[in-house]
Amino acid sequence: MANPSTTLGSLAAPARPRGNLFRIYVKEAKYEFLKNLRIPRYSFSVVLFPLMFYVLFGLLMGKQAIGGVSTAKYLIPTYGTFGVMGASLFGVASGLAAERGLGWLQVKRASPMPPFAYFLAKVIMSMIFSATVVLLLLLLGVCFGGVRLPLSTAVELLGTLVAGSVSFCAMGLAIGYFIGPNSAPAVINLIYLPLSFFSGLWVPFMFLPRAMQRIGAVLPPYHLAQLALDVVRSGPHDPAWTHWRVLLGFTLLCLGVARLGYQRDESKMYG
Amino acid sequence: MATMNALREISRPAIRRAEAPIVARLNGVTKNYGGVRALQSVDFTVRAGELVALLGPNGAGKTTAIKLLLGLAKPSAGQVTVFGGNPVDPEVRLRIGAMLQVAKIPETLRVSEHIDLFSSYYPNPLPLAQTLATSGLADLKHRAFGELSGGQKQRVLFALALCGDPDVLFLDEPTVGLDVEGRLVLWDEIRKLIARGKTILLTTHYLNEADALAHRVVVINKGRIIVEGTPAEIKARTAGRRIRCVSKLDLATVSRLPGVIEARQDREAIEIHVAEAEPVLRQLLALDAQLSGLEVTSAGLEEAFLALTREDNAV
Repeated sequence: MANPSTTLGSLAAPARPRGNLFRIYVKEAKYEFLKNLRIPRYSFSVVLFPLMFYVLFGLLMGKQAIGGVSTAKYLIPTYGTFGVMGASLFGVASGLAAERGLGWLQVKRASPMPPFAYFLAKVIMSMIFSATVVLLLLLLGVCFGGVRLPLSTAVELLGTLVAGSVSFCAMGLAIGYFIGPNSAPAVINLIYLPLSFFSGLWVPFMFLPRAMQRIGAVLPPYHLAQLALDVVRSGPHDPAWTHWRVLLGFTLLCLGVARLGYQRDESKMYG
Repeated sequence: MATMNALREISRPAIRRAEAPIVARLNGVTKNYGGVRALQSVDFTVRAGELVALLGPNGAGKTTAIKLLLGLAKPSAGQVTVFGGNPVDPEVRLRIGAMLQVAKIPETLRVSEHIDLFSSYYPNPLPLAQTLATSGLADLKHRAFGELSGGQKQRVLFALALCGDPDVLFLDEPTVGLDVEGRLVLWDEIRKLIARGKTILLTTHYLNEADALAHRVVVINKGRIIVEGTPAEIKARTAGRRIRCVSKLDLATVSRLPGVIEARQDREAIEIHVAEAEPVLRQLLALDAQLSGLEVTSAGLEEAFLALTREDNAV
C-alpha cells in the first residue's frame, strides 16, 4: 500500500491545464446537443412545428403579398422567430428545470465542472437548433415558395435570428429556475404560444386588432421579428437600434431573474 | 459468510491510520434546513487511506453530511474542510469523486458518453476502458442510460465518481437498489480503491455493509453521532442478542447482571439486550426457577440504534 502521505500531496498539485478547459466546454456542448437531438419530443417538435406552419400558411395558402413582400418571403422571418424562440425556450428552460428538480445538476455541481460550461452548452445547443430551423425555412421558401434573395441576405437573416435567440435563451434560464420539472412543458407553452401570437408570428402583425398590437409592440419576439423582416424587405433600411436595444434590455432583465433563481437554489443548498 | 470474512481480513492491512493526514473533517458542524435540524454539533474526521462508513437509519443526516463535504450545502455552524480547504474551491473539487442519490439522469446519453464527459473534468482521469471495467460496465458502454436497469444505473453513478481518479470518494448509499451479487461486486471494487490508496467515506443503513468494508464506523442518528469505532467495537455494542422472558425478577436486578446491555419491561415480559446470550441465560435461570416464555433472537439493527440512542440520551 502506498504511503498515505503521498496521496495527500499539496493543494496546488492537480491544477487543470488551460487546454483542458476548452475541451470541457466543447464536450459539454457536444453532449448537450446529442442529448437533445435524441429526445424526439424536443428535436422533432422544435424543428417541425415552425416548418409545418410555414408550409400551411406560407406555401399552400399564401398567394397575395404582405407589405410589398410575397407571403412566402414574409413568413420566413416571422416563423423563423417563432422557431428560434421555441428551440431556445424548450431547450434551455425545460432541460434546466428537469436537471435542477431531479438531482442531476447537483451531481454536476459536486464535480469539478466549470459551472459556466453547463449554461453555455445549453445556449450553444439551442442555437444549433435555431439555425437548423431557419435554414430549413429558407430552403422550403426557395425551393417551393419562389422566394428569391441574395445569399448575403439569407446569411444576414440567419445571423440576426440566431443572435436574437440569445434573448430567449436568457428567458429560458429565468423560467427554468422557477418551474418544476413536471410542469415545465405546460408552463413554457403557456408563455410561448400567447407571446408568439401577440407578436405577430402566426398572423402578420398588421392584421392583428389594434388592442393586440399595442400589447405586441412591447414584447421581445415582436422586436426580433421586425429586425428579421427588415433584412428581407426590399430597399435600404436603417439598422433598427431600438429593436436591438429592447432585446438587449430584455436579455439583461432575464439574466437578472435567472441570477435570483440561481442564488435562491444556491442558498437552499448552500445557506 | 466465512469466505467474506477471509476477504475482509486480506483487504484491511493493519496500518496505524491515526497518524495519517486528515483528508476530510466536520468540526462542530450543525446544519439546519428551515426549522429542521439535520445535523447537530457533529465532529468526525476521515484520514488518508481510510474507509469510513457513516451508518444510520433513513433521515439520520447521512446525506446532509455528504452534501456538506461536497460543498453542496453550507454548515449553519462549524467548519467543513477537505484537504485543508473549502470543498467549494475548484482545486479541491479536482481531487473529489462523488456519488449522490439522483432521481433522474439524462437518459439519451450512452454510458460511455456520460463517463467521457465526467472524465474530461479531471486533470488525470482513468482511461475509459479501465473505468468501464472497474464499474462492470464494459458490455454496456453503448447503451443509453435510460435503457439500464436500476442496478446498472447505480454502477454508472459509481463510474462517474471514480472516473477522474480522485484522491477521495464520497459515496452516498452506493449499494442502494443493488441485488446481493451486485452489492458484493461493488464491495470488491471499493476494497480495490482502498488498496490503491484512495480515501473513502460512504453512507449506508446496513450494519453488515459497514462491517464488511469499513476501517471505522460512525453511527449517526437524528443528526447526532451516537458512537464511533472499529466495526468490531460497534458490533459489540449494537449486535448481540435479545432475550425475552416472563420472570419475577425486577428490572433493576436484571439490568445489573454482567453481560446485560439493557433491560426493559415490555407488557408482562422483560426484554434484555445482551452481547452474548448464554452467560446471561445461565444467571437468569439460576436466579428464577419459574422463568417462562423464554425467547432468544438476534437484535435487529433498528433495535441496536434505539438502544444506542437511549444510551446516548442517558449520558
